[in-house]
Amino acid sequence: MNEYILEVQNLTKVFPGVRALDNVSFKVKKGEIHCLCGENGAGKSTLMKVVSGVHPHDSFNGKVSFNGKETNYKTVKDSENDNMAIIHQELALSPYLTIFENIFLGHIKTKHGIINWNKLIIDSRQYLKKVGLNENPETIVSKMGVGKQQLVEIARALSKNVELLILDEPTSSLNDNESEKLLLLINELKNEGITCIMISHKLNEVMEIADSITILRDGQTINSYDVKKDNVSEELIIKQMVGRDMTHRFPDQTHDVGTINVLEVKDWSVFHPEYPDLEVVRNASFHLKQGEILAFCGPMGAGRTELMMSLFGKAYGSRSTGQVFVHGREEHFHTPKDAIAKGMGYVSEDRKDLGLILIQSVKNNISNSSLKKLSYMGIINKGKETLEAENYKKSLNIKTPTVNQIVNNLSGGNQQKVVLSRCLLADPDIFIVDEPTRGIDVGAKYEIYSILKDLVKEGKSVIIVTSEMPEAIGMADRIYVMNEGLIKGELSRAEASQEKIMTMALKKIEEN
Amino acid sequence: MKGKNNTANIQPMSFLEVAKTNMRNYSMFIMLTVIMIGFAILTTGINLSPRNFTNIFIQNSYILVLAVGMVLVIIIGNIDLSVGSIAAFTGAIAAILYNTGIGLFLTVFLTIGAGLIIGMWQGYWIAYVKIPAFIVTLAGMLLFRGLTYIITNVTPITPKTDSFKQLSIGTVSPQFLRITALMEKRGKMVPQDIHLLPIIVGLIVIIFLLFIALRERNKKIRNNFHVLPVQYFIGKQVFLIALILVMSVQFAQYRGIPIVFIILAITVAIFTFMTKNTIFGRYIYAVGGNSKSAKLSGINSENITFFVHVIMGGLCGLSGILFTAYMNSALPDAGDLFELEAIAASFIGGASASGGIGTIIGAIMGGLIMGIINNGMSLMNIGANWQYVVKALVLLLAVWYDIYTRKKSGMV
Repeated sequence: MNEYILEVQNLTKVFPGVRALDNVSFKVKKGEIHCLCGENGAGKSTLMKVVSGVHPHDSFNGKVSFNGKETNYKTVKDSENDNMAIIHQELALSPYLTIFENIFLGHIKTKHGIINWNKLIIDSRQYLKKVGLNENPETIVSKMGVGKQQLVEIARALSKNVELLILDEPTSSLNDNESEKLLLLINELKNEGITCIMISHKLNEVMEIADSITILRDGQTINSYDVKKDNVSEELIIKQMVGRDMTHRFPDQTHDVGTINVLEVKDWSVFHPEYPDLEVVRNASFHLKQGEILAFCGPMGAGRTELMMSLFGKAYGSRSTGQVFVHGREEHFHTPKDAIAKGMGYVSEDRKDLGLILIQSVKNNISNSSLKKLSYMGIINKGKETLEAENYKKSLNIKTPTVNQIVNNLSGGNQQKVVLSRCLLADPDIFIVDEPTRGIDVGAKYEIYSILKDLVKEGKSVIIVTSEMPEAIGMADRIYVMNEGLIKGELSRAEASQEKIMTMALKKIEEN
Repeated sequence: MKGKNNTANIQPMSFLEVAKTNMRNYSMFIMLTVIMIGFAILTTGINLSPRNFTNIFIQNSYILVLAVGMVLVIIIGNIDLSVGSIAAFTGAIAAILYNTGIGLFLTVFLTIGAGLIIGMWQGYWIAYVKIPAFIVTLAGMLLFRGLTYIITNVTPITPKTDSFKQLSIGTVSPQFLRITALMEKRGKMVPQDIHLLPIIVGLIVIIFLLFIALRERNKKIRNNFHVLPVQYFIGKQVFLIALILVMSVQFAQYRGIPIVFIILAITVAIFTFMTKNTIFGRYIYAVGGNSKSAKLSGINSENITFFVHVIMGGLCGLSGILFTAYMNSALPDAGDLFELEAIAASFIGGASASGGIGTIIGAIMGGLIMGIINNGMSLMNIGANWQYVVKALVLLLAVWYDIYTRKKSGMV
């Protein structure tokens, strides 16, 4: 028998413009809990998607062996047939079906094509018992909380006689109590001989249950540790996760921060649009000075985007409470239109879905927020419009043959510049950019940093929401660290370091 | 993650490339021409006779008017199934109003007003209550059919005087602009009336359009913007001039400019200008292209949706008037399948079912393609049953071609 259930050798996976995984190797022993750690974008999720066949076999280079046999998965279905199961960060349950229907979805046993529903209900009970979910199997899934839904996913995996269970950030949307239960369950499964790979940002959890830890950074494996043998500490892991060289990645220009608060937010809470009782952001208070670059850091799901979008005219959330002051006056924005009118601009992290109209031209995308300025009595001055678009094409170095090119045909970095142009043309005083450099190459990143620096030089103010700590440290005058819906702390540029940010984000609430 | 790296700089495109990338925009014209020539061969030219040419516009005007509104609705990503019923309802209102003796102008005015109010009713449910347009207009389809039966008492209403009819079948040609010429007809020279007005108007329109096109082009060149290659520009103008001349000459040989043609031309001009040059028009495309992004850009997508449905209602009113005039009677069953004809016209004309794409001219072309097929097959004595089959295939083919070219130009 082979000691290792999963072996990954020299795996390289390239997305257009990005090397997501670069020569990654790692091994998972049979029956252990193996944790994958790394920053956002380090390649953890991609690695697991390659392993489980989400990315088909011919889309990457390298070798993946499961139970000593090289895999050749074309779809997730193939890996499921090999008794492997992956539970993604975003749950993949069918929300309007019942628990037991979800458990057996995709592998319902039938007799002559006819389903014996009663038998399925009875069968489902044993799995629910195993995962400790005390619910009627006929409950509709969407009526339960996320924590219970997670358990249904695991029950679903168990019903397929899973040998290797992959969990991608299973506790990111759970509260402490639920997390604790889930970790206990994973330990129990281990005792039954099920191997488990877990991706997690929460290092205390990792230290609690991991047998082995592998650290990824920028698509490469940095190190693997055996927790019992090696002397592993949280500090060591953090250091390995972030340690990278930061010279010359940011423009050197300096700027002066003003003294006036252009934006002040007090006790801002935001509620989830579908679960109106779930507080996504809790009592956030912060301020932004004129000519200042502010960064909001924290892991995925920390509530940064939700906070910003809800401030931007309730673009997120069912309900929010608290006060917003723009230039010292309290404002109540009901739509993004109101917020834009008062000098706010927001560049979404989701370029394709929220930022751009992909089927429209570069020119139209740039002018969409500012048509009033470019028109007389509702009739657009097309010459002026084209002129503005051409100006931004030049000044932001947007690489496109003409401004009439459809945005969908541009590369990621150039698309991002189009969104920035749209926002710049509307001429806001407060410029919120959400993950401005996600998925774009280093050169384009530098250009975008320069644009932001130029803005504050003109006396505008910028908020950068970012998961990349070097970006925050390299750009911001001040950094707010968020996690689990809370602003965990504030760092000035001088005191900020990646270790400090990470520690601040991960420290427990009680310690505040 | 399919970002294409289209960073290749930046040379003027060759004539062929321009033709290729603009192929989509002109495929409808090509299709229309091919179909016309095809039927000309099959009917030995009858379908191109001045009389038939005029009739095609008269017979399809009420669908074309609906198609103008429908394409707007489709661009914002909705659909309207109720237009046939609303046209029947407003058509009946028009007949009833006219028979009270309030005069033609007021009748038209009030009927279109009724259409707008109906549009507000439906637009309210769709835009603000957020009930899917499919459902609201399905309800509207039943509701307004029912109301039509109620107000007509399920019997046709005939306008009291003939002047109502003129709205559809009438033409404009002042007496002093008519001359008689000898024309060859079946081998014999016979005297025939020639109506000069269409030719004069045609020439004025040509000069006007040329003036505008040249001015735009010069402006662009002065500002150093990207312009089409000169051969392409000339080709486009020649095509337009030829098109207008053909229509003028055709109208000149029959009875002058049909009134419905004038109504249509004005409608098309207004809405083409609206979609291409106004903020409202741009917002329609933005909301249809990506409503979430539009919202974050500061566009009030609810209001845009509402007003598009109001416009649709108004055009239903116009369509109802035209159909009542054409039949010289408001029929309780009027407007049957109009909605599907209008929807098909929009899609044949290049509108995208997922929203954000479509043009007024395209929808008119689509409507004319369907109309010419109907007309040509009728001339060939082929019954309605086969007309359905052929139209269905044309619809499928046209939309398939559209999706195919869109994929090629990276718009999916």
